[in-house]
Amino acid sequence: MVSSAADSKPLINVNNVSFNYGPIQVLKDVTFAIHPGDFLAIIGPNGSGKTTLVKIILGLLKPLSGVARILDKPVDEFKDWSRIGYVPQKATHIDPLFPASIKEVVAMELLASQKFLGMNKKEEEIAIDRALEHVGMENFKNRRIGSLSGGQQQRVFIARAIVNQPHILFLDEPTTGVDTETQDRFYDMLNSLNKKENITIVMVTHDIGIVNKHVNKVACLNQKLVYHGTHEEFCQSQAFKEMLAGGHHLISHRH
Amino acid sequence: MDAFFTYGFLQRALLAGVFIAVACALLGVFLILRRDSMIGHGLAHITFAGVALGLFLKIIPLGVALVVAVVAALGIMKLKEKAGLYGDTAIAIFSSVGLAVGIVLATLAQSFNVDLFSYLFGDILAIETSEVWLSVALAAVVVFVVILHYHRFMYMTFDREAAKASGIKVGHLDVLLTILTAVTVVLGMKVVGILLVSALVVIPAAAGLQLASNFKKAIILSSLIAVGSVLLGLFLAYYLDFPASGTIVILSFLFFILFFLLKKVRRSP
Repeated sequence: MVSSAADSKPLINVNNVSFNYGPIQVLKDVTFAIHPGDFLAIIGPNGSGKTTLVKIILGLLKPLSGVARILDKPVDEFKDWSRIGYVPQKATHIDPLFPASIKEVVAMELLASQKFLGMNKKEEEIAIDRALEHVGMENFKNRRIGSLSGGQQQRVFIARAIVNQPHILFLDEPTTGVDTETQDRFYDMLNSLNKKENITIVMVTHDIGIVNKHVNKVACLNQKLVYHGTHEEFCQSQAFKEMLAGGHHLISHRH
Repeated sequence: MDAFFTYGFLQRALLAGVFIAVACALLGVFLILRRDSMIGHGLAHITFAGVALGLFLKIIPLGVALVVAVVAALGIMKLKEKAGLYGDTAIAIFSSVGLAVGIVLATLAQSFNVDLFSYLFGDILAIETSEVWLSVALAAVVVFVVILHYHRFMYMTFDREAAKASGIKVGHLDVLLTILTAVTVVLGMKVVGILLVSALVVIPAAAGLQLASNFKKAIILSSLIAVGSVLLGLFLAYYLDFPASGTIVILSFLFFILFFLLKKVRRSP
């Protein structure tokens, strides 16, 4: 379905993945691949299994059946997690009073895999500075994470996710609670990471508006994979028309 | 002040007290931020059962308490995970049962006496040489392990989901943190007693968190407050004939109030 699929070896392969939360089926036989250079939006209505799919790819949830592979390895055998960056859904996981500076938040990811007392201080500083510069937050290093706005915090979490220079970056609803103007700058920054730093980006969103402007691939999910392909083809597709029309097919399979 | 350089019992109390205070403060910061500060209180009650069992079996109470506290801490963790209990219910169940078992065993052992009271209310000034070395060694291990996993513990406390995705084995580290907490609570019992040990874990860390602008400062400040409370507490206990345990905890609370007020002053324009 995707024209570039044959050109390069996929970074991620999802094969026939199904998942249930108790009796409710969330994903059914989902199969698709993510290739180097993709800026992929996984879209779909609330409860369509977007976040679940990303969590399965990252090994945070085990699928009922099927398998996700990262760099050709089944996810439960994959070890080199520094190649993968992840920015979880924000609102659900951050304590605004947590006493961590921006520098410490980024250092968490950098030093999590280090054996003892981290790494050479100078290398550590350089890596943290570089990551913060990419997201335009280098002047906030010593500020407390809770003192930043929602948009600024998201930038810091992206800096954290890219500090190990990953091949692929997953973002789950990164613009929730961020105003429209900031959102545009935010997507420009992601575009630059995708194009200049060659980081493949996978973004979960329920905002189909962004599909027009920023991404080059779209996976449309609603329990099943309704569509996967380039952005241009998506805009011509039946799935897109149904979404724009607020089509009931895409609201939920479970109604 | 001379007495602290002259008397062995004071030096032993200081040495053990300082090491245990640092271990308590380090763990305290993580426990508070994990919304788990009541675990110290619960484990202290279970430690009472351990001490009573030790007295009943006539085996070193500190050793038995260590084993009982570690097993119970892991039990609390599993009960929370598997039984789907709300919030602190698992701690409430374990701590009451611990206390109940302790009362029964202590009565059977006919050991409601000075021995048991020293565990309940703490008696750091009477700590024996063998206990000092055991306490110092265990506290040093706790501090070492926390430093070893410092960034991983911090990451999983701040953002568990992202920490998991970065390859950190958060389940294993939960178990490790739980074991460290159990060991620390038992050690803290020697300083301030079963009834006040959770205060030594929670209050210095809560005080440190008032002013810390970053995590490193929170850890250092909390440790300094804990050590300061123990040193000053022992000093007052010796010279004014106050009970050491109560004095140490009251001092740490005064530090908390002080730091809380400093934070308010700092924030006001």
